[in-house]
Amino acid sequence: MSEEHLKLTLKAIKERFGLKESQLMSFPPTLEAEPEKIVDICQALRDEFGFNFLCELTAVDYWPEEAPRFNVIYGFYSHENNVRMAVRVPLGGDQPTLPTVEGIYRGANWHERELWDMFGINITGHSDLRRIIMPHDWEGHPLRKDYPLGYEEPQFTFNYDEIDQRKHHARYEEA
Amino acid sequence: MQEPVEVNYQELKHLVSERALQGDTVLLNMGPQHPSTHGVLRLLLELDGEVIINCIPDIGFLHTGIEKNMESKRWEMAEVMTDRTDYLNTTGNNLAYCLAIERLAELDVPPRAQAVRVILVELERISNHLVWLGTHALDLAAMSMFLYCFRERESILDIKEMCSGQRMMTTYFRPGGLWRDIPADFEIAVRRFIRMFPSRIKQYDALLKKNPIWLDRTRNIGKISAQDAINLSCTGPVLRGSGVAYDVRKAQPYSGYEQYDFVVPTGTHGDVYDRYLVRMEEMRQSLRIIQQALDKLPYGPFRSNNRKYVPPPRAELGTSMEAVIHHFKLWTEGFNIPKGAVYQPVESPKGELGYYLESNGGNKPYRVHMRTPSFVHLQALPFMCKGHLVADLVGIIGSIDIVLGDCDR
Repeated sequence: MSEEHLKLTLKAIKERFGLKESQLMSFPPTLEAEPEKIVDICQALRDEFGFNFLCELTAVDYWPEEAPRFNVIYGFYSHENNVRMAVRVPLGGDQPTLPTVEGIYRGANWHERELWDMFGINITGHSDLRRIIMPHDWEGHPLRKDYPLGYEEPQFTFNYDEIDQRKHHARYEEA
Repeated sequence: MQEPVEVNYQELKHLVSERALQGDTVLLNMGPQHPSTHGVLRLLLELDGEVIINCIPDIGFLHTGIEKNMESKRWEMAEVMTDRTDYLNTTGNNLAYCLAIERLAELDVPPRAQAVRVILVELERISNHLVWLGTHALDLAAMSMFLYCFRERESILDIKEMCSGQRMMTTYFRPGGLWRDIPADFEIAVRRFIRMFPSRIKQYDALLKKNPIWLDRTRNIGKISAQDAINLSCTGPVLRGSGVAYDVRKAQPYSGYEQYDFVVPTGTHGDVYDRYLVRMEEMRQSLRIIQQALDKLPYGPFRSNNRKYVPPPRAELGTSMEAVIHHFKLWTEGFNIPKGAVYQPVESPKGELGYYLESNGGNKPYRVHMRTPSFVHLQALPFMCKGHLVADLVGIIGSIDIVLGDCDR
């Protein structure tokens, strides 16, 4: 019953919006959509196909590739039919922008803030687009692949210069 | 060093009501060091007298960059970091991560390992609920509960220590099975616990269930309807307290949950008291699952025989050249997982915990994302606490059962 529903939904959505299936995801079944269609897809999924639950919203960075640089993944669940599906949205690297789905799934609010905070994906129409996890005056978007994984160097007597190069503020000063 | 920049009030203006700008209402900061916020959660409250008009959660004080860090570690090393997210549900996090890897790599798990995983995860669920109950009751001034709950939790931690050598951060589940077989007296210890525990739940009920102060402080507080809860992506006891019987263990069974007979408890009102009842019943159901899993605990290997992912047993190393090669390969460069991505949900004590893993074919995760219940539930907090008193807010925070390490990752 539920598997049947999933098959029909995938087929209907694919035909209506002209999407193709994503080969990457092994679970759940995934479609690939353009960013401008995502609001309509969410609306249709929630209102017509019973996918009333946004279970996850995240992104992947494929830097140094530029087109598409990001993939945003929307995961849906239907309480009624007990099935899952997902939609992947490829985004270019130059000022990535997505419309908000907050109006359809209210739970998307913080997830979209996280996308902005961690990946620098601009969400248009969002009610409260501030940084959520990093401090408000942080520079850069930490989960991008071109953002270095910061580290703390243990300080020994022989590597002062090396540390000074990376961290001026930790300069060793002779007493 | 970068100079800190103060928050401009224009940035926050849209979050408070018009009256706050005229000085009619008071803005009050709660946390991040407030003991009742269960960690480093900061709330900005807009108050009219004692009534909450707006609540603005501010998270991120415990952000440790775990997702970013995992990308630079090999698959089996990254698992150690999953323990550190939700530190009250460590084996549960390991389970979600291992299941995601197993799904991605199409790795088999022997039945014995699955049953042991279920037992440990259900024990962990009880232990998580005990910490929740203790601290939640402590917030609402039932002081003695805290001591009783931590007494029982101690015996669960002992069982975990017996298996893995660690009380909390076990990393006992590995992709393909377990780190080692369970010790000989594991079964005795677990049986002793499940014999002792039902009477303890009765004690807790005697202390709280019909306690008039407890009822006053929890009934009709922090209500959320099923419709709103679903729309806000709530799962776990918060959603079940509102009457939706959604449990990943039942809906999409993993690790052999389909063999066990248990009930998914639900509430009706969606208030703090119903969430309390749901969690208490879940502890009883967990005991049932543990009992069934122990009774039919199968014999056999405790980890997969797939040598591309799972190290060979110690005994083989002396006799088999192949085993030495596999061992060497696994401990020097780890295993490679074919290119792909997967979203694996499990039912953690707090709600649906989902791991999104993506592999580019290498020996490190390309992307790890945790859909953590604490993060999602905190988002629903402002909707639950509007119109309540500040004193009720601590009850509501307690009832959604957050762990900030889980929330900020």
